[in-house]
Amino acid sequence: MAVLANSAPHQHSQANSAEHDHEAHLREEHLMLDPRPRGEMNAMVMESMLVTSWKFWVVAVALAAVVAYCLGYYWYRMIAEGLGIAGVNRPVYWGIFLVNTVFWIGISHAGTFVSALLRVFKAEFRRPFTRAAELMTTFGLVQAGLSIFMHMGRIWLAYWLFPYPNERGLWPNFHSPLSWDFLAINTYLLSSTMYLFLPLIPDLAMARDRSTGWRKVLYRTLALGFRGTEGEWTHLRFAMNLFAFAILPVMFSVHTIVSWDFAAAMRPGWSSTIFGPYFVVGALQSGLSAVAMVIIVVRATMKNMKYFIRPEHLDAIGKLMLIISMAWAYFFFNDYLVQWYNGDKWTDILLKFHEEGPIGWMWYAMLILNVALPWLTLWNKNIRRNPTILFIIGFLINVAMWFERYIIIPTSLSINRFPFTYQFYKPGVEIPLSIGTVALFVLLYMLASRIIPLVPVWEVQEGQMAHSLRKFGKESIVTVSDLE
Amino acid sequence: MAKHNIPEVKANWEATEGMWGMSIDMDVCTGCQACVAACAMENNISFVGEEDAGYGRSLHWMRIEHTWQGEYPEVTPTSFEPVLCQQCGNAPCEPVCPVFASVHSKSEDLNLQVYNRCVGTRYCANNCPYVARVFNMRDYDRPDPLSNQLNPDVTVRRRGIMEKCTFCIQRIHKGQDQAKSEGRDVLDGEVVPACAQACPADAIVFGRIDDPESKVSLLAKSGRGIQLFEELGTLPRVTYLKEEKTYGRTG
Repeated sequence: MAVLANSAPHQHSQANSAEHDHEAHLREEHLMLDPRPRGEMNAMVMESMLVTSWKFWVVAVALAAVVAYCLGYYWYRMIAEGLGIAGVNRPVYWGIFLVNTVFWIGISHAGTFVSALLRVFKAEFRRPFTRAAELMTTFGLVQAGLSIFMHMGRIWLAYWLFPYPNERGLWPNFHSPLSWDFLAINTYLLSSTMYLFLPLIPDLAMARDRSTGWRKVLYRTLALGFRGTEGEWTHLRFAMNLFAFAILPVMFSVHTIVSWDFAAAMRPGWSSTIFGPYFVVGALQSGLSAVAMVIIVVRATMKNMKYFIRPEHLDAIGKLMLIISMAWAYFFFNDYLVQWYNGDKWTDILLKFHEEGPIGWMWYAMLILNVALPWLTLWNKNIRRNPTILFIIGFLINVAMWFERYIIIPTSLSINRFPFTYQFYKPGVEIPLSIGTVALFVLLYMLASRIIPLVPVWEVQEGQMAHSLRKFGKESIVTVSDLE
Repeated sequence: MAKHNIPEVKANWEATEGMWGMSIDMDVCTGCQACVAACAMENNISFVGEEDAGYGRSLHWMRIEHTWQGEYPEVTPTSFEPVLCQQCGNAPCEPVCPVFASVHSKSEDLNLQVYNRCVGTRYCANNCPYVARVFNMRDYDRPDPLSNQLNPDVTVRRRGIMEKCTFCIQRIHKGQDQAKSEGRDVLDGEVVPACAQACPADAIVFGRIDDPESKVSLLAKSGRGIQLFEELGTLPRVTYLKEEKTYGRTG
């Protein structure tokens, strides 16, 4: 790309004004070609953390109230009275709590996907929003963990799932997919938190040097004395690369293992061998849409974010959403086909129940919102670049993915091999508790945005530098891959 | 360090022929529900009330299935079919429990639920092809006269715990202790679970299936025996007796 991406203004004549227009357009379009001085950019990110309007606190207090009432009060009641106030019954022993667990793990998937996979493949558009996506992973996993604990009959004994030393020599049962699940989610939470922290260190050091008071103490502690020497950078880059590669298999394993909770069971509709990749793709489907939603909200509400997050980024995420939607449709078809093809009587009844049962509308809504909606809209560049429309599409895809899990869990559990015991599922306190987890997610994200630089400044600066350096044609050109 | 004995769930139990078993004669069952009531009395089963029971939360360890088959107007009722935990030799509920609350006992070759250990993930119930497991959704009240009839040999379960038929293991133990104190083996018909004791038609017979001369073994071999969802490979210990070897009445 023969573009002069220098921040200094150029002398130009009337004759090359068309070229200048083109240059200005590229500048406006691409963050990497629109560099600003380091000090200015650092100040912009600091400002985005420090400037907090009264509206922020109104929303935060409202969300805290929702969390306290929906999550705190109802969960307290459920622990004190038992799961009777929820909607589970026989045979629908797993309800919305597990739907939420799978849903939130799916959401948390894309954070790492965007960050690690795009880092490994050196996709330039990832630079400004990796942090926002990684934070989503961490807070999404918190909600998933809470939903599992809500689901348990005796939460106060949840520590028995840990392989902790005890005098009776009792271990968790490693035959159980739930034990695998527990270990996989813990591994993912730990590794994704470390992966969030590593690229954060230079930004924390930047913030440390530009803040005072309690923030200074906090950032000084968290930055671990990072000074930006060549040796520190080398170590940090090595660690980040290592984690980016290592976390990818962990990410795939987590959702595959979540799918084994169902696939390993002896139930019509659940024991499907394709569930592993189907769940991974489903997780990416909902997770990428959630990334789109999050960065659109961040861009609209936080100061200076319109500089960092541009239509080109929404465009790139929109394309990914379209591709993943196609992959999801393929795996859905695959899953349906192999179940339908084997001709098992109970599976046939179940598949018919999905489509024609009392909540068959959910099955059709899932297909329309997950397949028809992205396929009909996201091919269009103008739609992909429009924040409002992309937000709505992302939201609807997430609704559809929630429906998908709802169909797999409570709806499938209604049907078993004994028609005498068929029973429908009516959610009880699951509804306020679900609202509570969503509110908690948003609240945690909002509070974190006050403390954590949501844009990895050093990464943006690195990319811009690499792009700017290309103009010194005959000199040795520093490329992005050289930097990493 | 203590030696950890994690049972290899599948490998160990697959080949055993079982110890205690039951046969249920569907041709003589009248569907009177006496077994269900007797089971509830014997095993301290909580009463959940009309609303919860209607929503599928009743805690009975047995249910009498009775459905209709055919297209209107040619509908016929199926025979009454008491369904309880089949005490599978290769039970799907056992490997899925993350804390070993659903275990196989070596001494009785039964499938047991350890109430103290259960944390309430309910995975076992989802994986049970017989829908034989029930879950304590709440702490249920026992108004005053009812509290006097609790069976002291059976644990009273609290909320958040899975439970299921035990083949009245307290009666098995009582019978074994009695026989041991008299220096003999347990006689056929000496141990009778509450459901078999209450059955007015003597449709339920209980005994040792590893003894080829016991009544239950002879009935199972009578040519009328079928097992529920044999094809799943769960090795159920309950045999249903039915002419024509079909589920339900055909004509």
